[in-house]
Amino acid sequence: MSSALETAENPQNMKRIVIEPLTRVEGHGKVTLLQGKNRNIRQARLHITEFRGFEKFIQGRPYWELPVLVQRLCGICPVSHHLAAAKATDMIVGAAELTPTAEKIRRLMHFGQTLQSHALHFFHLCSPDLLFGFDDEVRHRNIVGVIEDSPEIATQGVLLRKFGQEVIRVTSGKRIHGTGAIPGGINKSLSKDEVRYLQEDIAQIIGWAQGSVELIKKIFFEQYDYHLAFASIETSMMSMVRADGGFELYHGGLRARDFEGNSIFDHIDYTNYEDYIRESVKDWSYMKFPFITSLGEEEGWYRVGPLARVNNCDFFSTPLAEVQRKEFMAIGDGLPIQSTLAYHWARLIELLHCTEAIAELLCDPDLIGKDLRNKGELQCCGTGVIEAPRGTLFHHYEIDEQGIVEKASLIVSTTNNNQAMNESIRKVANQYLDGHRLSEALLNQVEVAIRAYDPCLSCATHAIGKMPMELNLVDEHGELIDRLEKRITGQINRTI
Amino acid sequence: MNSQEARAPVLIFTYGNPSRGDDALGPAMFELLEKHKLESNKLDEVDLLTDFQLQIEHAVDLEHRRYVLFVDASVSCPAPFELQQLQAERDDSFTTHSMSPASVLSVYQQINHRESPPAYLLTIRAYEFGLGLEMSTQAQKNLLLAYQYIISGQWLDEIKQFDCKQHESNVI
Repeated sequence: MSSALETAENPQNMKRIVIEPLTRVEGHGKVTLLQGKNRNIRQARLHITEFRGFEKFIQGRPYWELPVLVQRLCGICPVSHHLAAAKATDMIVGAAELTPTAEKIRRLMHFGQTLQSHALHFFHLCSPDLLFGFDDEVRHRNIVGVIEDSPEIATQGVLLRKFGQEVIRVTSGKRIHGTGAIPGGINKSLSKDEVRYLQEDIAQIIGWAQGSVELIKKIFFEQYDYHLAFASIETSMMSMVRADGGFELYHGGLRARDFEGNSIFDHIDYTNYEDYIRESVKDWSYMKFPFITSLGEEEGWYRVGPLARVNNCDFFSTPLAEVQRKEFMAIGDGLPIQSTLAYHWARLIELLHCTEAIAELLCDPDLIGKDLRNKGELQCCGTGVIEAPRGTLFHHYEIDEQGIVEKASLIVSTTNNNQAMNESIRKVANQYLDGHRLSEALLNQVEVAIRAYDPCLSCATHAIGKMPMELNLVDEHGELIDRLEKRITGQINRTI
Repeated sequence: MNSQEARAPVLIFTYGNPSRGDDALGPAMFELLEKHKLESNKLDEVDLLTDFQLQIEHAVDLEHRRYVLFVDASVSCPAPFELQQLQAERDDSFTTHSMSPASVLSVYQQINHRESPPAYLLTIRAYEFGLGLEMSTQAQKNLLLAYQYIISGQWLDEIKQFDCKQHESNVI
């Protein structure tokens, strides 16, 4: 957990290596590696410039617009922001509980969102170097062999995503910019025809999800030691859990455990999250650095997302996912799984759970109920927290007497993983950079480490990735001494 | 989930974030075309779709099309707009968060094991993308010119020229 490398001694005497994807607009990520005189990487910094202006965008708007408005923050997981804001506005309108129909339709929408998001990773399994990266031909050949036994992955990945999108469309009313969740409930329930429509495909969807977990296990075990060790860092982990300790994505208490699995806090009411989580600021990044207050800034950083959720929960409520969770946890021999590449495995266990949970919900008559909304006495503030596909997402709002938002505070999933991503990159960089000549292996492995977390780098807008990565090596005098560019085709050019 | 539903032979797919200044050019074009389609009873052979970003599932939307036109904002194209022919191109970028139209074509080929339909990208010159910004005045002017270009059918004439050039190069 030490971040001693974060602030290196005498950084002015280091070489600076910049990895910068070029994008059409802001919203790009950049990796800066500072090299010391001994040629080891002493500092690694993932810059994400996009996380600014969220709060300002929201301030001054009426609270009832929030669930729709915040979807504009992220083009990738608008439903996560939609539901987090809806939960916060539930508090504001005094709806302590939702009607069964409202809660179940929101859950269905959230499962659809998580399914479609995670399905993208299943799709990318058909391009193993995209998810796992390879630094030698033998390893690459073995994994490709596994993939070649499953030529249908790409199609299944696309159709799994499509199904998730259909769940979102049916529950939110529109393909994008849906208005399903409103303060205190939802604005429509499902028709019997809509339920039947989704039921038509769900058995197939579950089958594909099972196949996805089996496939990633094969890949992971094909090069077990490598996958276990790659970018592995020992961290605390935080996630939401049910009251009985079960896996939860929509509503529950917060649980944090340290790198050995010991409890830091458990079943915390998320409306009090500011008592347990704080954020620090660094002068080189727009993105804040959250930490667990009781552990302090140096030791309190943590990971969120699929790896944290599967590690932290006591069980899955659905049978197929629970079988997979037990197998996953067995590799830790009683300790949390810390492999960064295990994010992909955990992600697909969650995908399987989502398909099972959708199937269960589609049999629930509450989905076609007519009791859609609760409300009570208006409150001056509200907090909504959910587990978004990439991790815990916090929304907090304070309003004035006219219902206008005076203050908005968001901690998005990628921000929660901020320090952990830096640590993973640093570990990889120290392993693959030796000397002052950049290598394709370094470029690839840094990408692989970032991709495991699936950070939200292009939040809210799209970026043309014609030149997805640029790697520069600059010495302590600011002189560029090496540069690699990786183009969208995968071609890597040395341009100095 | 059924991709065999009745589909128009031409798809115009716009994309962008309506709350990101000139990134709204795509969805704004969608609104203009949708209104035109409703009011004029024209564009019968055109399906209109819009989204925040391109993603792999949009490859399914390309199925059973004769032509596909993507419409996007761009800070690098000449004003007021530019039409380009697209070729499928695999995307190996480090983030899963955005795709180019060319990479959507690549996904189409990957899952269908055949060539994607002829596809074109109409980029409209954009200037500012800040969160919460209104669309810039110049981008609005460019939008209207691009809109006229589409509804007048000029883009269809132009893609025929692309096709002729392609044919000539194949012959050569």
